[in-house]
Amino acid sequence: MERLERVRGIAASLPVENVDTDTITPMHRILEGGDALVRYAFEPLRFHEDGSRNPDFPLDQPRYEGAKILIAGANFGCGSSRETAVWAVAGMGFRVLIAPSFGDIFFQNAFKNGMLPIVLPQGTVEHLARLADGAAFEVDLATQTIQAPDGRTTPFEVNAFRKQGLLRGADDLELVLDRAEAIRTFQARDRAARPWAWREPGS
Amino acid sequence: MKSARRTLFEKLWDAHEIEDLGDGLGLIHIDRHLLHDLSGPFSLRALRERGLPLAHPELTFAVPDHGVATDPDRRDDSNPNSAKLLPLFRQSCADFGVTLFDLGDVRQGIVHVVGPELGISLPGTSVVCGDSHTCTQGALGALAWGIGSTEITQALATQALVIEKPRTMRVDFEGELPPGVGAKDLILHLIGRHGANGGTGYAVEFAGATVRALPMEGRMTLCNLAIEFGARFGLIAPDEQTFAFVESGPYAPKGEALARASADWRALASDEGARFDRTIAIDVSLLAPQITWGTSPEHVIGVGERVPEPAAGRDAATREAREAALDYMDLRPGAPIEGLAIQHVFIGSCSNSRLSDLAAAARVVRGRKVAEGVRAFVVPGSGLVKQQAEAEGLDRVFLDAGFEWREPGCSMCMSMNGDRVPAGERCVSTSNRNFVGRQGPGARTHLASPAMAAAAAIEGRICDVRRFENA
Repeated sequence: MERLERVRGIAASLPVENVDTDTITPMHRILEGGDALVRYAFEPLRFHEDGSRNPDFPLDQPRYEGAKILIAGANFGCGSSRETAVWAVAGMGFRVLIAPSFGDIFFQNAFKNGMLPIVLPQGTVEHLARLADGAAFEVDLATQTIQAPDGRTTPFEVNAFRKQGLLRGADDLELVLDRAEAIRTFQARDRAARPWAWREPGS
Repeated sequence: MKSARRTLFEKLWDAHEIEDLGDGLGLIHIDRHLLHDLSGPFSLRALRERGLPLAHPELTFAVPDHGVATDPDRRDDSNPNSAKLLPLFRQSCADFGVTLFDLGDVRQGIVHVVGPELGISLPGTSVVCGDSHTCTQGALGALAWGIGSTEITQALATQALVIEKPRTMRVDFEGELPPGVGAKDLILHLIGRHGANGGTGYAVEFAGATVRALPMEGRMTLCNLAIEFGARFGLIAPDEQTFAFVESGPYAPKGEALARASADWRALASDEGARFDRTIAIDVSLLAPQITWGTSPEHVIGVGERVPEPAAGRDAATREAREAALDYMDLRPGAPIEGLAIQHVFIGSCSNSRLSDLAAAARVVRGRKVAEGVRAFVVPGSGLVKQQAEAEGLDRVFLDAGFEWREPGCSMCMSMNGDRVPAGERCVSTSNRNFVGRQGPGARTHLASPAMAAAAAIEGRICDVRRFENA
């Protein structure tokens, strides 16, 4: 997983609430393979029903070319657990997402793919979105701040554990594997306490 | 210091916490891991590619549901997705020694129907699955939640996951359900009132007299849509009904193990005076049958109401979403929802495909005919549900009326198996997501209860099920 420390770049704005995982990666593209996830990311918003491009789709506007930060509406990534939604947004080049809220599962999946989701109050998100006209933002994970083009600094909260994971570029697997002994101890105790919750291997 | 008075969620959390990692995170033990045909084959392959073992094959179960065909003579190659996934799924389950309920096995069905029904998922267990609707199984009093593919691989390899502890919410439903109103209406109403992100960051316990009076199936419907409320976890304290339900499952503990389990299960309730971070109370006694008009489950109204104005007192992002939804659904603000012509009805999905769901729909359908020009599907949640329904003659009720009586699977809920609604056509669906394109590109979905869906099939338009005499 790619490390994330400081992201400097253009912010793109997608000011729509409840953008769901089925919109980000439609079911019929999930098994298509190749770059379909990224090419057809946000397909219902990005393309017309006849397959032609929707020239008004915000994220394809020339001023957002090369954007690394996505400023979204409330409940971004709501819906299914499909991690393809995070892969698609990452594949479009975004490393930082800013919204008033995120779908819970999407939010967790993001951290595991080297992406930083930031929750800020609606008014702050709207203010940042108004500044997203092609000028550069800087997001610094170490200091937990967003430097906006108007010179103002906005602090943000991030779980300390998740922050360390992003800074180190590691998902949870290593940490959990390191705790094999603790897991075995828990399991031995639990087998005695709750025998009914266990099944014998091979059963 | 743990509080002396704990919520049900906190009890479940504490019982599974291997280590408190600080910062609000815990290392949580996984008692049951369920795999389906979309997440399963790839996660088992990822495990092999990373050279990791499957920690506990005996705690891992697999069942194909997402991509399987539902026509009576279905095969692997009935659709391209299942042709691709099923052989891979079968092989990887065999390689890792995972129990698979395959096509042709009466135990096959939708993973969230199968887990509880077979006694695999139990009160007091932690259950994960690579599917957001795993929260359904919280209706047993289980710690059940949906995970992404990175977490699936981690859970397979270690039987543990690092989880952020959510805040706790209790939603009390009080009052007697009016005729024609059921669990689906309760949860849609909650989402409509408090938003599709009203429960984000919370584990939501559903409680109150109305919930206690619901059958198991209705409780699973409530918890199923917890994720549409934004909550990763939904749960309900188990009671005698729950115990009777799970004990009959073939994988449930028997004999002395059951006696031990029963004693533990009886402690699974929020303590009197336990503190929740948020509480919501809803009086259901005047609730009308609910139906969605838009493309988020929060876009919901009573069947007698009119499509709302998108602008009134809302912020720009909400207005944008609602205007887009009206456009996609081809609806005008102020128009009545009742009377809208429909072409498809889907009764099924992990929300509403269990026996009492099918029985509720059959009561409306009995002795009537599906309207001309309507294609109506009943897709039972599992082979066992189908068998029970047939024993009660429900299949005849649906078939005589002109419904298709199909084989178990996710089917038209997410259209991965080719069961889909054509672009521009309208479907009343008992599933849980009315997202753009969910039932097929351009499909227009109206979410409702099984009774409301059945009524729409008969009338060929959205109608108020309360006008049907025997509903």
